[in-house]
Amino acid sequence: MGKTIEKKSTLAISENGLEKTASKKRLEVLKTYKIYIGGQFPRTESGRYYVATNNRGEQLANVCLSSRKDFRDAVVAARNAFKGWSARAAFNRGQILYRIAEMLEGRKAQFIEELIKQDSSKAQAQKEVSVCIDRLIHYAGWCDKYQQIFGTVNPVASSHFNFSVPEPTGVVAGVAAQENSLVGLISTIAPIISGGNTCVILASETKPLCAVSFAEVLNSSDVPGGVVNILTGKPSELFSQFASHMDVNAVVYCGDDALIQKEIQQKAAGNVKRVLIYENVSWLNEKGQSPYYILDLQEIKTTWHPIENIGGGGGGY
Amino acid sequence: MSSNSNGAPKLKFNTGWDYAAAPESKSHIKLKDRYDLFINGKFAKPSSGKYFETINPATEEKIADIAEANAADADKAVKAARNAYERIWKKMPGAERAKYIFRISRMIQERARELAVIESIDGGKTIRESRDIDVPLAANHFFYYAGWADKLSYAFPGRVPSSLGVAGQIIPWNFPLLMAAWKIAPALASGNTVVLKPAETTPLTALKLAEIIQESGLPDGVVNIITGFGQTGADLVNHPDIDKIAFTGSTEVGKIIQKAIAGSNKKITLELGGKAANIIFDDAPLDQAVEGVINGIYFNQGHVCCAGSRLFVQESVYDIILRKLKDRMETLIVGDPLDKNTDIGAINSKTQLETINKYISIGKKEGAEMYQSSCPIPGKGFFCRPTLFTNVAQSNRIAQEEIFGPVLAIQTFRTDEEAIEKANNTPYGLSAGVWTDKGSKIFNLTTKMRAGVVWANTYNKFDPTSPFGGYKESGFGREGGLHGLSAYLKV
Repeated sequence: MGKTIEKKSTLAISENGLEKTASKKRLEVLKTYKIYIGGQFPRTESGRYYVATNNRGEQLANVCLSSRKDFRDAVVAARNAFKGWSARAAFNRGQILYRIAEMLEGRKAQFIEELIKQDSSKAQAQKEVSVCIDRLIHYAGWCDKYQQIFGTVNPVASSHFNFSVPEPTGVVAGVAAQENSLVGLISTIAPIISGGNTCVILASETKPLCAVSFAEVLNSSDVPGGVVNILTGKPSELFSQFASHMDVNAVVYCGDDALIQKEIQQKAAGNVKRVLIYENVSWLNEKGQSPYYILDLQEIKTTWHPIENIGGGGGGY
Repeated sequence: MSSNSNGAPKLKFNTGWDYAAAPESKSHIKLKDRYDLFINGKFAKPSSGKYFETINPATEEKIADIAEANAADADKAVKAARNAYERIWKKMPGAERAKYIFRISRMIQERARELAVIESIDGGKTIRESRDIDVPLAANHFFYYAGWADKLSYAFPGRVPSSLGVAGQIIPWNFPLLMAAWKIAPALASGNTVVLKPAETTPLTALKLAEIIQESGLPDGVVNIITGFGQTGADLVNHPDIDKIAFTGSTEVGKIIQKAIAGSNKKITLELGGKAANIIFDDAPLDQAVEGVINGIYFNQGHVCCAGSRLFVQESVYDIILRKLKDRMETLIVGDPLDKNTDIGAINSKTQLETINKYISIGKKEGAEMYQSSCPIPGKGFFCRPTLFTNVAQSNRIAQEEIFGPVLAIQTFRTDEEAIEKANNTPYGLSAGVWTDKGSKIFNLTTKMRAGVVWANTYNKFDPTSPFGGYKESGFGREGGLHGLSAYLKV
């Protein structure tokens, strides 16, 4: 990847006649890894950072160490976005999820490179990115179908028309999986937003690079600002805020730390949050996707209306 | 005919004609003086030896002594349920389980009248409601879920569901038998065994149900019923061998339970409180709407989690709605729950009456204007006149907190957006009502209500096929219908 860029720049320079030979190596432009709140890429308000490293201890980037205030800001953005996103036509949400997949496909190479930087082998990285793209396509298709699978028309005994449909739970705060940082993140976000919810997701602490790049993909995919907010930082600092924030409707925790699970469940009781714990899920295989993940963050609404029953009814054929 | 200040004719009800008393007979009911705990198919004395009284809230007279279960009894009940689950119930083919549940449903139908009378004397609800709503719905609930027992995989496309194990179920006092049915029927159909704890003020119909279950030949230990107070409920919630907690009751207790089971693998569903908005638009059929509002808030003395306790009236019809409401309130008869003419029975307990009265005085103190009907109420027992408040502010406690009594808080609005905003401005989200003649407006409103059950041009309707349950702090999980199954299955 890097090599191609070098060649091109060498060529351009020669054509302009400014430099005869490609003796100089071009200085790489490093990316600042920021967080993603309300469709913007701010740095953390706290000004704090941590250093993401690979297994060999090499420094990869300075990453935002998000604060509780960042989280609260993100919840405000998610709440503001909820009204519009949940009211979008299901078909439109499907198109937008498909668009995310298209954008990711186009930037595949960048994600593979980032995964390799973060200790994946090339084969692993290629596989993970392909699964991610396919997963987004999978959920794009579900956007206007799960309602038909999980909704019902209920044959009540009285003279009423009665039906039940799934509706989004609201604002979801989630801690994404630490391993399989990209596929874990996308498998958490996709069912949440397919179902019309908005979310604040904390990326993998140790492998945060792809999450920030994925925010850039989201930002160029017609996903309205605030629908997905992505923070980087330490789960240990933020999970308890995720569980106790009074304007969050549900918490998703992908991980197996029993103490964190317990504390999330305790604090969630403050406003009767829905708590979803995804432990030991193999996000890379088929089990990492299902319409039941969408259903996990849906409320069932039942609507009644009388049916006029003049003269005692009877079939009118 | 005299007229109101706004010139509309005023209805007169003091015609000198009263309804003759039409009490339902108590002669056919069979009640024991003392009830023990129903554990492993037998009635067993509580290990503490303690009993408490259940009284008739309409007369304040004692009906029977009820065993108080402690942690040791809860443990016995859970062990019996576990044993029955492992040895019998989880292995039994669904079609066979179904036949037991169908049988229970039929036996409830056979004893419907007896159950209705006991429900009314133990809980204070009117015989009309216990006879026409509680008991038939309870029987129907068993009948509906019985049929699911051998069809569970059809309910979950692509999945093979399996039972959870032992369910601990805690139910409230407002619909004692019906709530027992809502809990037990889907649990059994899904292949679980249960330990049920009825509310301390209304244990009798659950214990009659225990007799029915015994008579039905259901294997011992599949259903266990233990009576007691909050502590008994806590013993059940905290028991380590429970796989599932299902609770119906206040949001306050629901939060305590959610917190208590944190870190365990217990699955949980919560049906909690509500503060439902009932919204009347100016194009609504006003007389029907008034009937719906009356039913919405005064049904079952207002002891209904989905009661339409906040009324929002479009400004242009406010005066006429208020007049019609007050007129209709005047016709309501408060009194003997067993009298078939009675519209509003007894408040369930002294404690609850005190809570209601506390909120009535808070409402007045906060500056809202109270109106009560002028009907006579009995000198003995716990009664409350139908009450409404006008000039209510959104921030008033009577507009924010669940009162669980016959108290209506009325507010007004101008636009659809305002109605939606105000209606959703509550931590609760159990139910809502919308009254308008315009179809597209109905769907605009029903879609935007953040509530689990929305009644359009009707209110307080229930059916076994119809899922019930809340958004937000009104709880999670559904009871009733296909969706009610997932509360008791691993999918």
